[in-house]
Amino acid sequence: MYEHDVIVVGAGGAGLRAAVAANEAGADVAMVTKLHPVRSHTGAAEGGINAALREGDDWELHAYDTMKGSDYLGDAPAVETLAQDAPEETITLEHWGLPFSREDDGRVSQRPFGGLSFPRTTYAGAETGHHLLHTMYEQVVKRGIQVYDEWYVMNLATSDEPDPNDRTCHGVVGYDVQSGQIEGFKANDGVILATGGPGQAFDHTTNAVSCTGDGHAMAYRAGVPVEDMEFIQFHPTTLPSTGVLLSEGVRGEGGILYNNEGERFMFEHGYANNDGELASRDVVARAELTEVSEGRGVEDEYVHLDMRHLGEERIIDRLENILHLAEDFEGADGLVEPMPVKPGQHYAMGGIETDENGETCVSGLYAAGECACVSVHGANRLGGNALPELIVFGKRAGYHAAGGDLGDAEIETGYTDAVEEEDDTEFPVQPGSAGLEPIGDDVAADGSGQVADAEGVLERAVETESERVDRLMNKDDGVQHAEIRSKLQKAMTDYVNVFRTEEGIKQALEIIRECREEYRDVYVADPSKTFNTDLQMTYETRNLIDVAETIALGALVRNEFRGAHWRQENQTRDDENWLKHTLVSWNAGKPSIWYRPVILEGESKEYEPKVRSY
Amino acid sequence: MSTQQQEQPETQEAPKDPEMKGQQSPQQERLDKKEQGLAEAESVDESDVEGESVHLKVFRYDPEVSGKQEPRFDEFHVPFEKGMTVLDALIFARDEFDSSLTFRHSCRQAICGSDAFFINGSQQLGCKTQISDLQQPVRVEPLPHQEVVKDLVVDMDHFYDQMHAVEPYFQQEDLPEGDLEEQRQPRENREKVKMSTRCIWCGACMSSCNIAAGDNQYLGPAAINKAYKFAMDEREDEEIKEHRLRILEQEHGVWRCQTQFSCTEVCPKDIPLTEHIQELKREAVKKNLKFW
Repeated sequence: MYEHDVIVVGAGGAGLRAAVAANEAGADVAMVTKLHPVRSHTGAAEGGINAALREGDDWELHAYDTMKGSDYLGDAPAVETLAQDAPEETITLEHWGLPFSREDDGRVSQRPFGGLSFPRTTYAGAETGHHLLHTMYEQVVKRGIQVYDEWYVMNLATSDEPDPNDRTCHGVVGYDVQSGQIEGFKANDGVILATGGPGQAFDHTTNAVSCTGDGHAMAYRAGVPVEDMEFIQFHPTTLPSTGVLLSEGVRGEGGILYNNEGERFMFEHGYANNDGELASRDVVARAELTEVSEGRGVEDEYVHLDMRHLGEERIIDRLENILHLAEDFEGADGLVEPMPVKPGQHYAMGGIETDENGETCVSGLYAAGECACVSVHGANRLGGNALPELIVFGKRAGYHAAGGDLGDAEIETGYTDAVEEEDDTEFPVQPGSAGLEPIGDDVAADGSGQVADAEGVLERAVETESERVDRLMNKDDGVQHAEIRSKLQKAMTDYVNVFRTEEGIKQALEIIRECREEYRDVYVADPSKTFNTDLQMTYETRNLIDVAETIALGALVRNEFRGAHWRQENQTRDDENWLKHTLVSWNAGKPSIWYRPVILEGESKEYEPKVRSY
Repeated sequence: MSTQQQEQPETQEAPKDPEMKGQQSPQQERLDKKEQGLAEAESVDESDVEGESVHLKVFRYDPEVSGKQEPRFDEFHVPFEKGMTVLDALIFARDEFDSSLTFRHSCRQAICGSDAFFINGSQQLGCKTQISDLQQPVRVEPLPHQEVVKDLVVDMDHFYDQMHAVEPYFQQEDLPEGDLEEQRQPRENREKVKMSTRCIWCGACMSSCNIAAGDNQYLGPAAINKAYKFAMDEREDEEIKEHRLRILEQEHGVWRCQTQFSCTEVCPKDIPLTEHIQELKREAVKKNLKFW
């Protein structure tokens, strides 16, 4: 067994920032990550970091833009914290050496981004995330923080009281991918989940193969609610054949979208008469698919993104990386031809329910970054707001877990009797694991409350995972994870995509149930203990099933159109009934859905929901 | 569909020393080579690719599974699709034919640096290498000069140790008190370090380097390039720069480089590694720092 004060799971931007903050607060911190830190998916972020640094801009404008972008489903304390802390955090990165692009006077460059009232997206070429990731890792190396890389976290070690609000997380169970060894990691002060997004629940995604929602699923099964999972951002400019992202920076610098008739459709078909290509991402993604479905798509599949008029010099200076991506992954030369683009799954606004200090309702369990839902992004994230979230809330979670004082949180977490519960939506099939015979000790937290002390909880968790590994490895035939995973991904992309219908979502839930049933017959064919990715991916697929189901459940109950979530049956925003977050609790295998009102009361003003037009 | 004939691995030779090229930039050379390769592939046998299958020969080894303890090559025939990369083909082979086929990969877009392999005799990223640019059968092997853990997975610990050895972080101890303001950096200086900051730690350069193969303590091109970023970045003061140059001019540092350009040739991010190493040698000479 390993023992540290703070254990950070995942080593992308949020995890690295959390580890540095915990270290600075005096904690013995260790990172446990399935990839080496520099392989993390933060590295693929291109656009930049929103921060109000300049005269004429201030944090209140940033907060206002973010709230409007969220379609009034962001919680004001979270949104304002992001906007207030982003400038200091961004400048801190500069002092740590991040090679930001520069202006003639030597100051860091900023550029316009969709949905922003001021050009506040601070960037380093079109590879800002790469530089953020490497700069943060340098700081972890400098501080000598211990990194257990290529250790896959299989589960949390959480106590088992009937009410999740009474539970405590004492550590994690890790699997050394290289050797096959299973070990408990005891966390004396806290576990911080920084495991990134769940993009692999979809089959056309900008997300890495490693983005499998592990943190979401582990926290959910341990009793932590997941929040606003139905809000999935589809990025309007991904390459059709691979899902590789072309940064919003292309449009920020002046790139133009055309349909197959050469029309600048964002204006000519009235999708966004003021902001055109720089409208919010959800608006542009729907516009593109509408063009395609009305027969104005190129090859009936995509539209064109043209940046030729910017000139070679400007493109090389600010968007060089885009040229390489379009060339290497689509064979298009952005200097001489328009680049094909279509919407692809990009980001999950929802996630593990936390407060603005990163804490969940389970004592000692934190989450930060894309896997968390504070909630900053509400129904739609603005471009350039993901990276500041990593560093602002990563830092807060790390500091708080290490015992630092951030004051009482304003955002509530955990289910209480005071909240509203869903009771009239009909599900086509039973969600969760209810009705299925348990295989082994398969329920993470069943509420029996039998084991109380930290060591006991950890030992039991290690035992459970060891048994699961033996079972998967000893089984000689059945179904393989890849088959289930691809069926799940296809269902989500077919039915829980940009345009959603009740019937389609129900179809998805039925297929998810089939996947869950088939998974009971899953086996690992590779007999090796050395670098068994077959086993690891089998674990990940289980997580994807649970996460995909929460996305579909949220999408089914929210019968309105808000931000990234569009429903055919009700194509308007319904503020009377839906200014509230959707929460799904695992509830020992019988998922329940409930709601909590959004907080629109800011530090000094109330954010009044307005029509969101661009 | 998959035939898994075993075959003894041919000896892994280090890539031949490239000739010293004239004025052409490495990027241009790679583009030329790519076009040439494309033309060859087309002329070789178009029908072998379109609508047909890709013939992969993949190195297999597992220290604890009988039958795999002796290294061998397995053959896979994967249906070809337009735009298919070597990584796509490997994923297909794994998911459809043999789930024990093991390789690192994550982002699929040449930024995570996980999937550098030895493809048809040169170090390349699987995700960035189009099948249509390659002669078939496509031979995929682990990076040479590194210990093989299993199949295409190599031990990267030594690579990481070398990266860490150059103290790859800004040395300033404290952030300024009170209101933070950014340090000013001239555009030209940012431009100067720009290419060096693109490194994705894939290890292709180190694997291609004959010197690194013979001298385990040699810092290697990636680590020296990492140090170049810090040595050239004007945001750090002169005193620290001298400390950095002292790390680099030691016996297993920059002077080991024999300017064979193999690292520059294989770098998937087109970083002028050899030029960076040469420039650091010049800096060390200027400061009269020589280990001998």
